[in-house]
Amino acid sequence: MEHNPVIRRLRPEDFESLAEQSSAPALVRPSRSYWQDAWGRLKANKRAIVSLCIIVGLMVFTFIGPLVWQVNPALQDIDQISIAPGADRRAVIVEPFVAWDGFSETTTSETAANADLWLASDPDTQSVRLKWQVIPGAQGYRVFRNIYPPESYLSLGLPLATLSNPDLNYYEDRLDLSPETYYYSIAEIDELGQLTGNYETVTAEVRRVITVAEAAARNLVDDPDSLRVGDQVLLSWHPLGTDYLGRDMLARLMAGARVSLFIGLLAPLFFVAFGVIYGATSGFVGGRVDALMMRFADFVVALPFLLFMILFQVVFGIGPGESGIVPMLVALIILSWPATARLVRGQILQIREEAYVSAARLLGASQNYLILRHMIPNTLGVILVTLTFAVPAAIFTEAFLSFIGMGVAPPTASWGSMCNEGLKTMLTHPHELIFPAAMISITVLAFNLLGDGLRDALDAKMRNTE
Amino acid sequence: MKQKDPTDFTPQATGVTQATGDKLTRAAGKQLAVYALAAVAVLVAAMFLLNALAGLTSSAAGMSRMAVDVENNTITTYLREEPPQMSSLRSSDAVSSMVMHHVMEGLLRFDASGELVGGVAERWEQEGTRVTFWLREDARWSNGEPVTAHDFEFAWKTVLDPATASQYAFIMYPILNAEKANNGEMSIDEIGVEAIDDFTLEVTLETPIAYFDRMVGYVTYLPVNEAFYHQTNGRYGADADEMLYNGPFIMTSWVHGASLQLRKNPMYWGADRIRLDGINYAHMTSDSNTLLNLFKDGQIVIADLTSEMLDEAMLQRWSLGQFMQGNVFYTEFNHRPERLTSNRNLRKALSLVHDSSELVNRVIKLPGYLPGESLFPNWIQGMDGPFREEYPVPNSPPNVALAQQHLALALEELGLEELPPLVFLSSETPVARIQAEYYQEVFRRDLGIELLIDAQIFRQRLQKMTDGDFDLVGSGWGPDYNDPLTFADLFASWNLNNRGRYSNPALDAQVRIAQSSLDRQERLDAFGEIQRILLEDVVIMPDYERGYVYVTDARVRGIVRHVFGAETDFTHAWIEPGE
Amino acid sequence: MWWYTFKRLLQGLVTVWFIATITFIGMHNVPGDPLSGERATNATIRANLEARYGLDQPVTVQYFIYMRNMLQGDFGISYTQQNREVNDIIREHFPVSATLGILAVLFAALGGILFGALTALFRNRLPDYIIMFLVILGISIPSFVFAALGQLGLVNINTLTGVSVLPVAGWGTVSHMILPALVLGLGTMAYMTRLMRSSMLEVMSSDYIRTAKAKGLTPTRIFTRHQLRNAVLPVITVLGPAIAAITTGGFVVELVFAIPGLGRYFVQAVQQLDYTVIMGTTVFYGAFLVFMVILVDLVYSWIDPRVRLQ
Repeated sequence: MEHNPVIRRLRPEDFESLAEQSSAPALVRPSRSYWQDAWGRLKANKRAIVSLCIIVGLMVFTFIGPLVWQVNPALQDIDQISIAPGADRRAVIVEPFVAWDGFSETTTSETAANADLWLASDPDTQSVRLKWQVIPGAQGYRVFRNIYPPESYLSLGLPLATLSNPDLNYYEDRLDLSPETYYYSIAEIDELGQLTGNYETVTAEVRRVITVAEAAARNLVDDPDSLRVGDQVLLSWHPLGTDYLGRDMLARLMAGARVSLFIGLLAPLFFVAFGVIYGATSGFVGGRVDALMMRFADFVVALPFLLFMILFQVVFGIGPGESGIVPMLVALIILSWPATARLVRGQILQIREEAYVSAARLLGASQNYLILRHMIPNTLGVILVTLTFAVPAAIFTEAFLSFIGMGVAPPTASWGSMCNEGLKTMLTHPHELIFPAAMISITVLAFNLLGDGLRDALDAKMRNTE
Repeated sequence: MKQKDPTDFTPQATGVTQATGDKLTRAAGKQLAVYALAAVAVLVAAMFLLNALAGLTSSAAGMSRMAVDVENNTITTYLREEPPQMSSLRSSDAVSSMVMHHVMEGLLRFDASGELVGGVAERWEQEGTRVTFWLREDARWSNGEPVTAHDFEFAWKTVLDPATASQYAFIMYPILNAEKANNGEMSIDEIGVEAIDDFTLEVTLETPIAYFDRMVGYVTYLPVNEAFYHQTNGRYGADADEMLYNGPFIMTSWVHGASLQLRKNPMYWGADRIRLDGINYAHMTSDSNTLLNLFKDGQIVIADLTSEMLDEAMLQRWSLGQFMQGNVFYTEFNHRPERLTSNRNLRKALSLVHDSSELVNRVIKLPGYLPGESLFPNWIQGMDGPFREEYPVPNSPPNVALAQQHLALALEELGLEELPPLVFLSSETPVARIQAEYYQEVFRRDLGIELLIDAQIFRQRLQKMTDGDFDLVGSGWGPDYNDPLTFADLFASWNLNNRGRYSNPALDAQVRIAQSSLDRQERLDAFGEIQRILLEDVVIMPDYERGYVYVTDARVRGIVRHVFGAETDFTHAWIEPGE
Repeated sequence: MWWYTFKRLLQGLVTVWFIATITFIGMHNVPGDPLSGERATNATIRANLEARYGLDQPVTVQYFIYMRNMLQGDFGISYTQQNREVNDIIREHFPVSATLGILAVLFAALGGILFGALTALFRNRLPDYIIMFLVILGISIPSFVFAALGQLGLVNINTLTGVSVLPVAGWGTVSHMILPALVLGLGTMAYMTRLMRSSMLEVMSSDYIRTAKAKGLTPTRIFTRHQLRNAVLPVITVLGPAIAAITTGGFVVELVFAIPGLGRYFVQAVQQLDYTVIMGTTVFYGAFLVFMVILVDLVYSWIDPRVRLQ
């Protein structure tokens, strides 16, 4: 300072006050704060706004949805398992099921008296009853069911049962009957259990039925007492179909959304908050403490993320009746905070060296003022962006862990666990995969695009470029 | 992606720069195309480079990629998982046991219909506690040495040696002094097994039992060549060349986690009846979707199907088979006095709403699964026919009203207003998960009982079962040997597998009869009585008997699947020519 | 430079020790018993097993024994595969995971750079829209869904064409690697494409490009020497973490495609509570990651002279 040539050349006149400045440059544009400016730019970004709307929509779906669609997500509709959206819901009332003795025949359709294989009663979703003429010399029979007409004895379809008693001439099928056309075959087997090539086929058009008691239990009609055998009722409506236990997909998706979004939003919130405090402390205190704190953060960064997520899940364990959300949350927080901490620390260090901070300090600003006016507002943008990008990552992690069976515990549903279950039924009931997968995709995408928009809007470099 | 890219403010908007910009883009595009080609070249080069590296652990290198190789008379199939080890001394799992039944042969073996017939032993005889096996003289190890009685004596004594720490040592406890030797209380030399000469093996039992010959079919009883065993330095059974074979096939390569290759063993005494020249276990995975895809792609000859795949299988017009795997699954109660489930009325109430036929028909949906009715599965044989026909289980359909009466009684006995939630310990496999969720809903709907599901990975579940940290547990049992006793002694008060600690002197007495009696009818009656007590006292709720629906390649015939021995047995299989 | 490298390596070693200790503590607090089997073990068999694995010692002694063995490069014997050493398992299965990982990273990086550059060059034109749509799919669909769908698609292609275009699962030849590597690298590639695109756009509008144009350099030269080279830097920065995430996160793909990689072993080991395999794999992967990051940092300083190593 003492060598500054300017100071040496100063004269007393320089310290006389100037005349009142009358023509201060008037502001042409209204003054806008950082946040107003950012919001303005975010609003202009169509993609980000659409994403924001989607996110709001997701929140509505998750929290208001269950109020509108008041179906218990755990309720199992055993009559409608893995039903696709928009499937036929009509059912006919029948008598309660009584196990068949193998002799009585109650069919209403004309029995082909000369047939070798016939239906002993009208086939319905309760049971299909088969009777056949005993084949002389047979060692036993195998009963098959097919949904396509069989072409040869090698493609009779699903082996339902092997009957090693050659005198037995009836079989009752109750296995997962749905209202469609089945082709039942009865084939002769030899003593080693191999097909001899001898078989008979009969067609069964199964209709969907329900008993009065079941209709009453499921609240299908207002007055169950008035129901008579032969009446038609409509089964409960599942707009997005049902899953493998007959649970309503829409209700399950809402319940799953609560879990997925809970983890997806809360975990980032916590670890970003922790990271901010940690990073800010480290950056602000500086010196040896800073070095030590950052070394520790480096350790945590070095842990292989997914391996340790799995490890933590096992170590924490999930007790009886627990959903497993908390262990996952804790594991996510433990493993994810260092990135934010490093980022915030970097920002703080950078801002500390900025000219405007030095200027404020020269003007005598207090520490608190510096933190409140400069540090926090200037790092908030970065933190917000980190937060937005952390949400999809957390949702993915949850889905991923649920996929390998280390996620939430049953019966808790999450989108990830629903996807995992849906993958198994992908071929026959694609809706069980498509809906949860689409939910994950939409959420992840919305948060990603919003993050992009926020980053652009909050980037100081882009300010005033309009 | 972004709306406000910096390029918006470059002077590209004017006509002149637009033109140069276009030129630049075109040139850059061309350049990029060149780089793309280079990148593809790099990728291809990298792949071939890495191929050499991966060659160390290849699963398909040098193997036919097709399921059936008519020219070499070999077939390709898969294993559910990597066999943990091929040492018969320590092995305890189904996959190793399956492979081992192809490459090794014990005193007895299983024929095509699943009956026990002579293997290395030509004949055998039991007189009281003395069992004598006469070995065939043409049985050979794959190095040409004869298989002798000494190989059996060595193997069995090694299993019981405490230093071996074999998990399945208990299966030899019927042999005289076996348990004491395993305890370290006695020298292994005092175990009741002795090679009289090279081809006569004499076994002395603790007490006379009727089913010892059936136990001998288990892998733990396989022979081991002593000289070779010592050469391997503790790595016996760790690799293909760390084993000596005496079965129909020999293992020529074992790439861990990837593949196993078997070739026909020319030294095998019964080589004439083996019709395949080789079996490639080219994949090790239990992912059912992957297996289905592999089968569809014609890369494996057999695949188990899940209920979701049945429609596809019918569409493809595959020929499907069905097989009862032999395991029984049931829900076990915790009978420890401090647990609510020690109350019989509560158990009765739960069992009255428990509908195993709905579970199988509506939830599991796989033909082959049978609704569980008893601890004794359907395939067990009685005197002249199936055991379950001779000792039928009384029909007890679900009855909600009666169940509620029992629940009320139970609450009264327990002095409770309302039943606290019960803990259902379950494994984390898909079927177990579904089952747990199904029960939770059934008990809540019909009885208002809250079930807390405790899904745990395998070993943590076992720990909790042993500690008694449950009210109900989804459990199952696979038979070790073909005698009803393998199931019947499960709930004897001294059995460590009785994790619910059920204790009933009447049942114990029946188990003792079944264990020690040599009279067939007396034993069967004891089993019948055990079945009655189990049902009467609601010790367990039977869930299902597991079965498989599987598809096989139509060109391969004679694949048999058994409850005992190799689960999927290719030793009787052949490739149908001309197809 | 050398001092810096040495310091980083030293730090790396401390980190590996830290990982080993955490894993050890974690493993010994897991409920459950690695020695239990389907059949209940009696006291005798149990004691024999405990003695074999040294579980009869106090935990602190076990820790020191473990650390000593680890320093000698010995991770012990597996609990499930009772006569295989963990070293063997890592030696046999890590190359598979690494191969898959390297291929996936290569695929992701090359694809990301190419597509990113392409979209930047043809901004707001058809190629841009098509690629960015695919990128969005790549970012928002979980990898296990991709893997399953990819395999299903391949089967159908194979069935329709009647020839085996690519094998649907397994491992061993080049053709086995393509689909799994693609699936594994897809997410990262989408991410890198986005990164490359924005960095390329930034470079394209920078002053030195204008200077280069004004100097009259050929477009090819401008593109290669100035634009591409500078735009690639941020992509290289994320390469380190990407390699880490891909090699350790490959087990879903390994599971679906039945690939005998280390990741699949790890998942199985966790489910079986195979202590030694879990610890061995974690420590090994931790060390691998730590040194990979150091390597990437060094490479980065070599490519970008502006970055000074301190």
